Amino acid sequence: MKTFKEKHIIFTGFGGQGIVMAGDILGKAASIFDHKFATMTQNYGPEARGGACSSQVIISLEEILFPCVENPEILVCMSQEAYSKNIKSLRDGGTLIWDTDLVHIRKTDIPEKAYNIPATRFAEELGTKMMANIVMLGFLSAVEHLVHADALKRAILDSVPPSTKDNNINAFNTGREYGHTVIKGLEQPEHVTD
Amino acid sequence: MFAKEVLTGIHFFNGDQACCEGALAAGCRFFAGYPITPATEIAESISRRLPELGGIYIQMEDEIASMAAVLGASWGGVKAMTSTSGPGFSLMMENIGLGVCTETPCVVCNVQRGGPSTGLPTLVAQGDMMQARWGSHGHYEIIALAPASPQDMFDFTIRAFNLSEQYRLPVIILADEVIGHMNERVIIPREDEIEIINRPKPTVSREEYLPYKAEADGIAPMATCGDGYRIHITGLTHDERGYPGMDAKTQDQMVNRLVAKIRNNRDKIIKTKNLYLDDANVVIVAYGISARSALQAVRDARNEGIKAGLIKLETVWPFPEELIRSLAPQVKAFIMPEINGGQMVLELERCTGGACPVTLVSNFGGSIIHPGLILSSIHKAIKGKS
Repeated sequence: MKTFKEKHIIFTGFGGQGIVMAGDILGKAASIFDHKFATMTQNYGPEARGGACSSQVIISLEEILFPCVENPEILVCMSQEAYSKNIKSLRDGGTLIWDTDLVHIRKTDIPEKAYNIPATRFAEELGTKMMANIVMLGFLSAVEHLVHADALKRAILDSVPPSTKDNNINAFNTGREYGHTVIKGLEQPEHVTD
Repeated sequence: MFAKEVLTGIHFFNGDQACCEGALAAGCRFFAGYPITPATEIAESISRRLPELGGIYIQMEDEIASMAAVLGASWGGVKAMTSTSGPGFSLMMENIGLGVCTETPCVVCNVQRGGPSTGLPTLVAQGDMMQARWGSHGHYEIIALAPASPQDMFDFTIRAFNLSEQYRLPVIILADEVIGHMNERVIIPREDEIEIINRPKPTVSREEYLPYKAEADGIAPMATCGDGYRIHITGLTHDERGYPGMDAKTQDQMVNRLVAKIRNNRDKIIKTKNLYLDDANVVIVAYGISARSALQAVRDARNEGIKAGLIKLETVWPFPEELIRSLAPQVKAFIMPEINGGQMVLELERCTGGACPVTLVSNFGGSIIHPGLILSSIHKAIKGKS
């Protein structure tokens, strides 16, 4: 795995998609199981469901003081509104990831590093679209090296209801395998997984 | 399954969850509240955890009733708390005063959001600092703590219970939305490593016991309902027996004692974390989430060769008056970042007595203060004097 000093990640979509949970799992994987420092903050409106929301994760080798993410290196978009709202914040040279079926990307917005996955469709095929966030985490783990895949799996097992553990690990593996396929297709050997 | 009182281990908790676990580790077994963003996760977590530990969680009709139930529970002999934000904190004010007057140990966690009124329910502010100080009517002293991380939320909630039990008053935790909603590593120690202080109990006979007669340390031992001692609890001005005394003398004696038990123990109550302070000529005084931005700015300034230092206020009330007074003649400037129009900075200015300039770096809420703004203020402070 390539080492880095600090990475800023934003997950964004609408309330009910597990956006905050995705950030929580990534942060937990880094902080507890990968022994790095991590913070996860969240943004949402007064609505319980349906409004735009985001979770912001910082993973660092050092103590994190300012926990807000202004210009992420990785932006994960799971709704059109979230994409429109956040695309301008993506750092130059950053990675854009989106749900193929839920977000229409303007060609002029597509950065050099851009990946998409029909995460919600895959989750539906696995039984419930509620696991789209976990599919996305699996995909993220294949295309960007933030934490060890094992750490992510342990964080998922630590976070989901016991009866859904197998399904969630399946969802994670589905996303991860698809990610590996995408990477191979792009012939970018430096992105090969750990 | 046997539920654990203390979740010893490493967690990735948000501040609200950490507050809940701190309360349980401190021995809290009663919570009455009304969920409100951004404090909801405290109520949510503790509503799950308390019943499995044999405790009681009640969702009340509003925050006035919540605070009243907490006082009642404490007199019933259990450690009790509530949590709230913005409008709910305003509603609790009258009964917080009742808690002060009746010397009732309890903890109130206010996870601050933007105000006034309904304001910004999901966004950060530090606008209730002065409300925590004197939001209830009459003259009194209060203790308030300001956590700057989920780990602080755990640690300070335990300390809040300890202080409330030791000094017999409501202790306020002044958190904020970012601390409440931010997840970070929280290390929960072993149960035997956690210091727990319980309220002083009477040692005299039933006949001799006076429920509001202080011992040498200024604190009156507390018999609770069912202990077998005769007690009388009233918000009216009362004497050592707890009986109303409607005259200036009784008022003077009672209020004097409520004030003195805190003022005379300031050195034991006040805690600050002093970083890079020894040779500092520009000192940032900060609390809560703003203390993190301040530390970043101090480190950035140090990298530029500027002698900046930080006083992180862990207790905001009482204010560390003596520390500020002693530093004021030695430093070039004080800077205070806070997410309000300038509240604690008034106290800072008062304590410097004009000995050096004091600068406020602030916004009215909705976002936290960027370290860059504090760093610019440090640059200005250095230029201003040289």
